[in-house]
Amino acid sequence: MMMREKNSVCASGANIAWFILVVATGIGWWLGHASQSGGQGERLATAGVIIVAFIKVWIVGFQFMELRHAPRWLRLGYDAWTVVICATLVIICLG
Amino acid sequence: MPEFSTTREVKTAKGRVPGEVGIWLFVAGDLVVFAVFFIVIALGHVDQAEVFARSRASLDMWVGVLNTLLLLTGSWFVAVGVEKCRTNPSSGVSRYFTLAILCGLGFVANKSFEWGGKISSGINPATNDFFMLFFIFTGIHLLHVLVGIVVVLLIRNTSRRPALGKREMQTIESGATFWHLVDLLWIALFALLYLL
Repeated sequence: MMMREKNSVCASGANIAWFILVVATGIGWWLGHASQSGGQGERLATAGVIIVAFIKVWIVGFQFMELRHAPRWLRLGYDAWTVVICATLVIICLG
Repeated sequence: MPEFSTTREVKTAKGRVPGEVGIWLFVAGDLVVFAVFFIVIALGHVDQAEVFARSRASLDMWVGVLNTLLLLTGSWFVAVGVEKCRTNPSSGVSRYFTLAILCGLGFVANKSFEWGGKISSGINPATNDFFMLFFIFTGIHLLHVLVGIVVVLLIRNTSRRPALGKREMQTIESGATFWHLVDLLWIALFALLYLL
C-alpha cells in the first residue's frame, strides 16, 4: 500500500516536471518570435529565450536525472554549469 | 525552488549518486564539450548577425518544437519507468521504455525529414557558417539520440528481469541518465539554433 502511494507520488513529480517543461517550451517559442521580430523588447526576449532554456535544462537535471537526491558536490556542479553557461550566453548575445 | 516529488524519502547528508559514477564522468565531459558548441553558436549570432538571422529564418521552428516535445515526453516515460522499476517492478514496466524508444525514433525521423528537405533544396554544411554549425552540432546530437535509443533498449531488457537487484537498478539508472542528457542538450541547441 505504502509502496503504491510512493510510486504514484513520484510519478506525479515527473508529471509536474513534464508539464512545466512543455509550458516553458511554449514560452520559449513565444519569446523566440519576439526576439526575431525585432523592436524594443528584442534584447529582453533574447535573454528570455536563453534563460528559459536553461531553466528547462536545470529541471531535467533536478527531476528526471534525480539530482534532487544526489550528493551536494554533484548537485552544485550541475547547478554551477547551468548558471555559468546560461550567464555566458546571455552576456555574449547581449554584449 | 520546491521539490516536484513529495516523497518522504530519508535524505542523508551525502545523498545518493543516481546510477554509476562513471556515467556522471561521461555527462560532465559531454557538458563541457557542448558548452563550447553553445558558445560558438552564440558568437556566430553576434559576429554574423545578418547571415545567422537569415539562415535561422529558413528553419521550420515547428520541426524543432516537435522534436523538443518528443524528447521531453521520452524523458518523462523513462523517469516514470525508472521509478516504477524501483518501487513496483512488474512485467508491464518495460512498456514505458518502449514508448521512450518510440519518441526517440520519432525524433530521428523528424530530423531526417528536416535534413533531407534542406539538402534537397541545396542547403548543406558548405552553404554558410550557420548551416555548417547546424549540421555538425545537430549531427553530433543525433548520434547521441541513436546511442540513447540503444541504451534505452538495453534498460528495457534489464527491466524485464524477474528480480531487479542493486546492480540492475544501477544499470537502469545509468542508462536513464544518458537519455536525459540527450534531452537537456537538445533543449539548449533548440533555443540557440531555432529561437534566437
